[in-house]
Amino acid sequence: MFKSGLADIARSLAAGEFSSEEITTAYLARIKEKDKELNSYITLCEEHALAQAKAADNNRAKGETHLLAGVPLAHKDIFCTSGVKTSCGSRMLDNFIAPYNATVVENFNQAGVVTLGKTNMDEFAMGSSNETSYYGAVHNPWDKELVPGGSSGGSAAAVAAHLSPAATATDTGGSIRQPAAFCGLTGLKPTYGRVSRWGMIAFASSLDQAGTLTRSAEDAALMLNVMAGHDPKDSTSIDIATEDYTANLNKPLEGLKIGIPIQHFTEGLNAEVEQNIRNALSEFEKLGATLKEISLPNSHLSVSAYYVIAPAEASANLSRYDGVRYGYRCEDPKDLEDFYKRTRSEGFGTEVKRRIMVGTYALSAGYYDAYYIKAQKIRRLIKNDFDAAFADVDVIMGPTSPHTAFKIGSQSDDPVTMYLEDIYTIAVNLAGIPGISIPAGLVNKLPVGLQIIGKNFSESHLLNIAHQFQQATDWHTQTPEI
Amino acid sequence: MEWETVIGLEVHVQLATKSKLFSGSSIEFGAEPNTQANVFDLALPGTLPVLNKEALKMAVKFGLAVEAEIGMKSVFDRKNYFYPDLPKGYQTSQLDFPTVGKGTLDVTLEDGSIKTIGITRAHMEEDAGKSLHEDFHGQTGIDLNRAGTPLLEIVSEPDIRSAPEAVAYLKKLHSLILYLGISDGDMSKGNMRCDANVSVRLKGEEEFGTRAEIKNINSFKFVEKAINIEVERQIDLLEDGGRVVQETRLYDSEKNETRSMRSKEVANDYRYFPEPDLLPIIIDDAFVEEIRATLPELPDAKRQRFLDEHKLSEYDAMVLANDLATANFFEAVVAVCDNAKLSANWVSVDLQAYLNEAEIPISESPVTPELLGGLINKITDNTISSKIAKTVFGAMLAGEGDAEKIIESKGLKQVTDSGAIEALVETVIANNPEQVEQFRSGKEKVFGFFVGQIMKESKGKANPAQVNQILKDKLTS
Repeated sequence: MFKSGLADIARSLAAGEFSSEEITTAYLARIKEKDKELNSYITLCEEHALAQAKAADNNRAKGETHLLAGVPLAHKDIFCTSGVKTSCGSRMLDNFIAPYNATVVENFNQAGVVTLGKTNMDEFAMGSSNETSYYGAVHNPWDKELVPGGSSGGSAAAVAAHLSPAATATDTGGSIRQPAAFCGLTGLKPTYGRVSRWGMIAFASSLDQAGTLTRSAEDAALMLNVMAGHDPKDSTSIDIATEDYTANLNKPLEGLKIGIPIQHFTEGLNAEVEQNIRNALSEFEKLGATLKEISLPNSHLSVSAYYVIAPAEASANLSRYDGVRYGYRCEDPKDLEDFYKRTRSEGFGTEVKRRIMVGTYALSAGYYDAYYIKAQKIRRLIKNDFDAAFADVDVIMGPTSPHTAFKIGSQSDDPVTMYLEDIYTIAVNLAGIPGISIPAGLVNKLPVGLQIIGKNFSESHLLNIAHQFQQATDWHTQTPEI
Repeated sequence: MEWETVIGLEVHVQLATKSKLFSGSSIEFGAEPNTQANVFDLALPGTLPVLNKEALKMAVKFGLAVEAEIGMKSVFDRKNYFYPDLPKGYQTSQLDFPTVGKGTLDVTLEDGSIKTIGITRAHMEEDAGKSLHEDFHGQTGIDLNRAGTPLLEIVSEPDIRSAPEAVAYLKKLHSLILYLGISDGDMSKGNMRCDANVSVRLKGEEEFGTRAEIKNINSFKFVEKAINIEVERQIDLLEDGGRVVQETRLYDSEKNETRSMRSKEVANDYRYFPEPDLLPIIIDDAFVEEIRATLPELPDAKRQRFLDEHKLSEYDAMVLANDLATANFFEAVVAVCDNAKLSANWVSVDLQAYLNEAEIPISESPVTPELLGGLINKITDNTISSKIAKTVFGAMLAGEGDAEKIIESKGLKQVTDSGAIEALVETVIANNPEQVEQFRSGKEKVFGFFVGQIMKESKGKANPAQVNQILKDKLTS
């Protein structure tokens, strides 16, 4: 039962093989048993989940039901869930019970999907290893000494370890795709504006996008069907029609033109990872695709630009955590300044404070033009690179990460090395386009992720390509022993 | 040394929308603390702004009224600073791309001349909440009802040269926003507040002197006083060899002085950057034209029409057109009585005096335009004299009914029967032989004495023109 993804569970529920209550109970029990070693959940919503499961079973008995009704799911703890602690991985929000649901959560609730719990994450989604969480590091189910990737490390570890059939996640610079690669999962970051950000705690508003961590492209399509759509509560959500993302899954890939960016295959890329990626590309050729080398000439600037824009936005987004209205508040402040200083010094972790300082600096008088404005210009150049590439090719493929999962603690002293973790993923966020990471091999029994990048709103096509690969290969069905 | 004052005003006008600039919360005044603050206003994690389109329309409407360049693309920015009543830790405002660009406002000065004051820009921004320092035993209470209320900040060019000019500009702006219906302009509630940038320079000097900004002045009277006292302070300082410090000052109306608000000379670094939660607002010509079509007749146009159509004096036209409610009242009175001159007098003198005294707005006047028009009709058809009309008006204010009823019940109908008036005249002449003698010997001033006696005898009801004529005939015959 635990080998299943969303689609399988949905089919079993429809066939009456088990009830939502049964599968939910089973998952909750498994989480309690196995998560001690992984730390993938921050909060378990046991009572709430069982109530949702029973309601889903009742509705199914009455014949009123969504395809995913009764299927269990985990939400990254960045999404506000009414009546449930929503911590964003931070001490600052350790006492914060959200009084409302994120649109993403609300959409799943409406579909009758059961919320198992809230998954661990890097504090305020700032990190690439899930080591910055106030609730401690998450362990990679493939090897517990390794990181699961970040910032959606809890979601990835939970799905990889079958502690949830799928999970929501968010991606600001690679926070879905890199953990997907490290944990052997399918991770979709949709086009910026495709999924509502209402109720999704902001890190960098112009880059943040909600997406999925699943066992297959088909599951990702099923989730996106629930998540995507215009939301009047999010002014940056885009008002174009959604589609049935499962509709094109089975289209053949004959004639697909794949761009291979030379910049994603240079030094720094692990040779074995590269070999696995090259093998996967050959597989696509067998499916009828053609490969073409392309250049993304400004991609080397993406990490620098990102680490100006994202911290700049974050420095303002995180100003609301001042201890005045909710969240952590320091003890016995001397005066207002002391109140602010200690609340924020004690409430935020090191990486968050580092980024607030970097962002504050980048926006300061005298530096704004040199940093923020320049970074926005680079952002435009990067977008232009992709536009130029897509004039020639349908999609772009390459490694999601230069290597497989690394050891917990091995990079935490060196922020810049850690920032380079997202070297292949960050440009996609800067350009606002969609990307997906799919399992494409194993190196020393650790998963390798292939990143597929598409044009704006090409999610359906990306899922089709991923699904066809998954029909022809079994990398996505590999699973760690736990 | 002859000094010249240079003033630029920043006026914050609270827009009369139903809800806040970026959230659906009500902005009604006087609600219990924090009852009009939703998850966005409280800056809960994950909440996002959605622009109130009505506020945008109002801003554009204002821009059109001052013939300004309209920002076809306007951008909101975050202005970052920490304060407990600023929930998000930044104020969402507009820096480089305001909705309203350069425009002008014509202002009538005391000598009747018209001066054009430049408007630099007008931008939308959200208000902060309130910090309450009383009743919290050494702690501070925060009320976020006001947080997020839409403001239009209207910035003038440094074109203003005196305190009275500043007041004239403000009054004109006040009149305009009421005409446009974009704000109630209630300064006592803080719905219109003014910051004045004041500097002085030697007459003939090209360069501006260092300015001080006087914050949050909340009445026309205080604007004038605050500017005057600040100008005096700056001149004294300069003449004593000192220099003016660029700083923010507060006007203390009780002591009639301005004093420094911030000791540090450093400028705050607000780290403005474009608000990533809102896309740039792009508007098109059709949107602008749609709003232009809703523009009412504006004060200057109305004043001109009062001159042309109603043949009012410049002064009456200006006074009446200045306030929309008064102008509308006046026109409603004219519609009843068809006598613009009398209507103008009654509205701007008698009614206005009462309203000022009673401190009520014209919208709450106990005498409606119908009642006042009816009263004027009784004057023009000679039922009562202008003098008696004042009595009737007083009774109207006391709620005693319309002119017809009051004249009837009080027996105030004018005596126009010449026989009756003749009898009165003869009686008075007969009773005052001494004065008759004086008149006949050339002391014509006593004529007034006779008129007074006759009117008194008639209890004011005798038609004054007839009294004059008959008296003249009798005395000179």
